[in-house]
Amino acid sequence: MTAYIIRRIFYGILLMAGVVVLNFFLIRLAPGDPAEVIAGEMGGATKEMMDSIRATYGLDKPVLTQLWIYLSNMLQGDLGQSYFFNRPVTELIGLRIWPTILLVIAAQVLAVTIGVAMGVFAARKPNSILSGFVTVFATIGYAVPVFWMGIMLVILLASIFPVFPVQGMLDARLHSADWLTKTIDILYHLALPAFTLAIIYLAIYARLARASMLDVLGADYVRTARAKGASEGSVLFKHALRNAALPIITVAGLQFGGLISGALLVETVFNWPGMGTLAFDAILRRDYTTILGVLFFASLMVVIANLITDLSYRLADPRIRTGGA
Amino acid sequence: MTDPATSAPDLLQGTGSAEAQSPLREAWRMFRRNIPALVGTAILFVIIIVTIYGSFLYTGDPYDIVWAPHEPPGVTPEFPLGTDYLGRDLIAGLLVGGGPTLVVGASAAALTMLIGVSIGATSGYFGGWIDNLLMRFTEFFQVLPALLFAMVLVTLFSPSLTMIAIAIGVVSWPQTARLTRAEFLKIKNLEYVTAARAIGAKNGRIMWRVILPNALPPLIVSATLTVGVAILFEAGLSFLGLGDPNTMSWGLMIGSNREYILQAWWPVTFPGLAIFLTVFAVSLIGDGLNDAFNPKLRER
Repeated sequence: MTAYIIRRIFYGILLMAGVVVLNFFLIRLAPGDPAEVIAGEMGGATKEMMDSIRATYGLDKPVLTQLWIYLSNMLQGDLGQSYFFNRPVTELIGLRIWPTILLVIAAQVLAVTIGVAMGVFAARKPNSILSGFVTVFATIGYAVPVFWMGIMLVILLASIFPVFPVQGMLDARLHSADWLTKTIDILYHLALPAFTLAIIYLAIYARLARASMLDVLGADYVRTARAKGASEGSVLFKHALRNAALPIITVAGLQFGGLISGALLVETVFNWPGMGTLAFDAILRRDYTTILGVLFFASLMVVIANLITDLSYRLADPRIRTGGA
Repeated sequence: MTDPATSAPDLLQGTGSAEAQSPLREAWRMFRRNIPALVGTAILFVIIIVTIYGSFLYTGDPYDIVWAPHEPPGVTPEFPLGTDYLGRDLIAGLLVGGGPTLVVGASAAALTMLIGVSIGATSGYFGGWIDNLLMRFTEFFQVLPALLFAMVLVTLFSPSLTMIAIAIGVVSWPQTARLTRAEFLKIKNLEYVTAARAIGAKNGRIMWRVILPNALPPLIVSATLTVGVAILFEAGLSFLGLGDPNTMSWGLMIGSNREYILQAWWPVTFPGLAIFLTVFAVSLIGDGLNDAFNPKLRER
């Protein structure tokens, strides 16, 4: 198991090196002088600034040397300087990554738990109204643009039914409050964005859980469990769901990249101060260093999520645990 | 074509009873009876017709400021859906904005399929180190959050419709590649493929003329769903203001009006409904095709 984890981590580092190489070539392929691309279109970089960029990135050296400088800088955590925000990119993202992680995890937890519960109950009676509702809901969830869903909720909740805050992460008046008040206020602000993001993915899990539960509920061991008199709850959640969990875990891992993409859109709707709003601001200002930094960290989040998925896969299924590596 | 390699599967299938129908015709028969799928087809058909001919019938310029801003729908008869924050006619915008959305969606999906099927087929057919290399490459692309990567591509290069379609294609092919690979792995050891090889068919012929036609059903379903995903992508990019600001599209309409949602709900609601309806129709068609190609799954 340890050897396996080490191998996976090593592979993750390789993938991240790949992302850095990709970033490097994107800068070079973009139209214009790479130094200008790095400086961004800030409407007049001084000559000294351009010279310092050329020196830092070794832009007068051969391409391979440049790649090496870029790669070693990036992997040491130096993602360059944002010339628009006038701060190191790592520092900028360090401030913005936690709100995004919070949003993504909250949405994922909501989507998986509600989705799986819906799917399980739909699978119990495949021809019931609830089951039909899950199918319809899943199709609708797939087709709604997530940002539009957010906007609709803002309109609904801000003007007609004002329960949850629709903008930001923390009430401005609470900046000096104690941590408990702050935590509660953040969770209060989190409700809408997390729910918006969850609705889209909830549909996927409901549909998947329904299908894989239907598969499992016909299995012999479920009949055995029923025959020996196990309660319905125990049959559903202990015998059936544990066996139906593998496809759900797989998809939860695969969806993570999509979830981050969705989070970027939802953040801009709700002004959630995460990497999405940062990327949005950076794009408006053509601040490429920051955009590429966001791409780097978002990819890192996916790599880590994949690693966790892999490990939980092994915990959920003892056959994989003892079988492989 | 009377080529022995291409007719090998037909020969094998032809040994069944005389009433046996071709799988495609069978699927079409199933699809025709699937009411949601037919509804989806009808909705999509109407949307396409309206987008193509609507701008001829309804001669308003979507960029013209024709009335007071934020005129609510149903108040002024000339502008039944009202006006946006600049006082532009919403119906004109909806009619003209559908075109770019649909064209970008369809061409991005085509590009996705082209890249995904080529890589997946090569990977699954040849196996070995080629498979290994291509699958690592695919995994790498799956690590990049698709929307963000597309945003980066469009920002770095140009905010044109072509670039948006290319960007969506470049970020969304990995799933198609995996699906194609799985199908090729399943089919490449079947008897009719061996037969084709025994007759002396070359690799290219076996891949594209023997295996691919038999791998088509799941790929057609996936292509349909890809169109929906691509439309949502285009909408997301335009919403963020990454699209061409001079080309009206549904996503752009939502994006440019979003600051005023609390004063006026209609300029964002209608384009969003249009996107939703289109993707909904596409996904109903995709589900219908899936059921038609896999009648066994349907009984669940």
